[in-house]
Amino acid sequence: MKKFSYITMAFVALATAFSGCKDQGGKSNGALSSNAAERVYVEPGKYDEFYAFLSGGFSGQLAVYGIPSGRLLKVVPVFSQDPEKAYGYNEETKPLLNTTHGFIPWDDTHHPDMSQTNGVLDGRWIFMNGNNTPRVARVDLTTFETAEIMEIPNSACNHSSAFVTENTEYVIAGTRFAVPIPQKDIAISERKGNFKASLSFISIDKDNGGMDLAFQIRVPGFDYDLVHPGRGKSHGWVFFTTYNTEEAHTLLEVNASQNDKDFIAAINWKKAEEYIKEGKFKTEATQYAHNVYDEETHMATSTIKKEVRVLDSSELPGLVYYLPTPKSPHGCDVDPTGEYIVGNGKLSADLTVHSFSKMIDAIENKKFDGEAYGNPILNFEDVLGGTVIQPGLGPLHTEFDDKGNAYTTFFISSEVVKWKVGTWEILDRKPTYYSPGHLSVPGGNSRKPWGKYVLAMNKITKDRYLPTGPELTQSAQLYDITGEKMELLSDFPTIGEPHYASMVPADIIQPKSKKIYKLSENKHPHAATTDAAVKVERDGNEVRVYMTMIRSHLNPDNIEGIKVGDKVYFHLTNLEQDFDVPHGFAVIGAENSELLVMPGQTETLVWYPKKVGVWPFYCTDFCSALHQEMQGYIRVSPANSNTELNWSLGE
Amino acid sequence: MRIHIRYAIFSAFTLLLMSCGGKEEKKKEGFSVEREKTTTEKTAEPVPAANAVPASERVALDDKGVGPIKSLTLDAEIDQALATQGKEVYDQMCLACHRPDKKFIGPAPMGILERRTPEWVMNMILNPEVMVKEDPLAKELLTEFNGAPMANQGLTEEQARAVLEYFRTL
Repeated sequence: MKKFSYITMAFVALATAFSGCKDQGGKSNGALSSNAAERVYVEPGKYDEFYAFLSGGFSGQLAVYGIPSGRLLKVVPVFSQDPEKAYGYNEETKPLLNTTHGFIPWDDTHHPDMSQTNGVLDGRWIFMNGNNTPRVARVDLTTFETAEIMEIPNSACNHSSAFVTENTEYVIAGTRFAVPIPQKDIAISERKGNFKASLSFISIDKDNGGMDLAFQIRVPGFDYDLVHPGRGKSHGWVFFTTYNTEEAHTLLEVNASQNDKDFIAAINWKKAEEYIKEGKFKTEATQYAHNVYDEETHMATSTIKKEVRVLDSSELPGLVYYLPTPKSPHGCDVDPTGEYIVGNGKLSADLTVHSFSKMIDAIENKKFDGEAYGNPILNFEDVLGGTVIQPGLGPLHTEFDDKGNAYTTFFISSEVVKWKVGTWEILDRKPTYYSPGHLSVPGGNSRKPWGKYVLAMNKITKDRYLPTGPELTQSAQLYDITGEKMELLSDFPTIGEPHYASMVPADIIQPKSKKIYKLSENKHPHAATTDAAVKVERDGNEVRVYMTMIRSHLNPDNIEGIKVGDKVYFHLTNLEQDFDVPHGFAVIGAENSELLVMPGQTETLVWYPKKVGVWPFYCTDFCSALHQEMQGYIRVSPANSNTELNWSLGE
Repeated sequence: MRIHIRYAIFSAFTLLLMSCGGKEEKKKEGFSVEREKTTTEKTAEPVPAANAVPASERVALDDKGVGPIKSLTLDAEIDQALATQGKEVYDQMCLACHRPDKKFIGPAPMGILERRTPEWVMNMILNPEVMVKEDPLAKELLTEFNGAPMANQGLTEEQARAVLEYFRTL
């Protein structure tokens, strides 16, 4: 017994000694002494703790990474065509990229934001904005596919978008450029006072995520830069940063930096809902595309909608208030309690934080300091909650942890600064490499952050990785924020330019991830869900091939009777019902891409045969030991030939 | 030493046969080479008696396979309604590789219950990944059918049972 306790004591002493070393190491920045490597290492076959959804910037896509490893899990095509997945190339997904400007195969994605229930990330959908041709997309997180895209009318550069309210009542979409509404042919120099902005509220169906443009609020023609909905006590409001309150139309670099203060626009959307109920809106004629992908037909449809309900803030009191905020604020971030609204004035030396309760008090007591086109301007001192004094240069964005701390990126001084909400004291600062834009804490813009990591997404990469010619990827840096001081753990390259990221614990999404599409639920009009349905049909010069794919053959694999000048639709149905058995399909000279068909799914490739001969088609995704055998021939005869339509497998 | 001698004799024999095949090849088209070679190798190798019959034709009415189905007794009467349901499932999930009455990608199910237990058939449908690794017969079948793996089509036990009933009608 005595012997045992000696051993125990010795063990405890030893363990203490070891953990002592560990603590010491934790305070240093060196990866080796701080076991940073261990903390981002995920063993082969093991899973990451968090999903991170990073916008793909000018790639137009959404990148999914595992955190802490930084491993790229998937690139979800959203606004740009992707030949790897046939997105925007196959007949089923083309309608998703339809707009009133026609088929637009590219966009610039900025802010992915996840749906919430009671202010907590719920892992159902990611909403993301397309900046250039204003659009908002919904990505379904059971399939990790784009399920819906809505064009935003009366908008130009959809930057202050696509953030969700705390019960996913609305997705908010502002506009960076003010424009003539309705559009007309006028002199650009007439911008001031004549151009207007629209703030769009897209309501979200609680069950299926379906988007509907509920209403727009017409506001003065400033540049509405970023937005965050209120939460907790400020639920029912949204806050937009503005710049160019000068309403300049040229050389904005100088002309939009004249005013000492721009505004944060506080919008009362509950009040807006009341006005809508009371019928105080105008229905305006406009046009915008609404594109929806149906998981049962495996097809998207595009509808052009023709009108929008508009609330004019200059005529309807109580909708919009302006909070003066120093020097062209960029990020607009609300703390988890909903009390504090951080205006990151990018040309200001200090960080301005407004108080929601002070704002309500000022509104109730009508303490106004003027008006802008009929909208009250509040007094700066009356709404100021606090100031973080000289934290760094060029503040852009702020996120929060679950311990009352805030983390702000500084573009010019290239760092992340940690400060205390309420006391405004600066607690820590760590360099980034280089010039961060947004940063992200899991749940860091909701009521419930998981304060384990902060991910800084940097604009400039320079010497961080092996050079790859003049063009480099952007870098993202991961910090551990569980201790008093932040610790840089790792950095990794990203696709496109990641602007914002939404991070969430993996167990919120992982169990709901879909494995296959059920063949029995496949309602594609040209599906062949059984081999009995395999056929080739001709209607004039249009030929439809109803083809099935299963390890390891395509049925039919011999097709004859196709002629030069035909338009051939290959409708491919993958008959597999097992996880991770997609099949690909490629045919020589196809002008679009391959197909990549998931188990139970149907996809269509259009092919124009141009040359007489016998031509190959094959499976592109290595599916089995006999994948190389998964191939076939299509015979193309001259336009005037009488070759009979014929198809077969194994004959 | 003895092994060496045996090996030498075997090699010589093989060479002899191969050269015969080569000679024949000149008369025929190039494609037949492979086929000839396979035949000669088969006869040259001493084959265990039990494997003389291919796995697909062998009768194994005591092998229940590996999987969730441990014991299953079939009624004397065929349940026609169940068989009809089974055909529907079969046509959608299985037909692409298994023609009812002839060898295709995989073996034909016609007469399967003369060679296999009902448990083995259902385990092959429900648990193919494990069957081809752990059940000796399934393992041989994979080789016999060119290494084309039996796909797990995600049938429920009820669906697999219905498909089995359909097989009884073939």
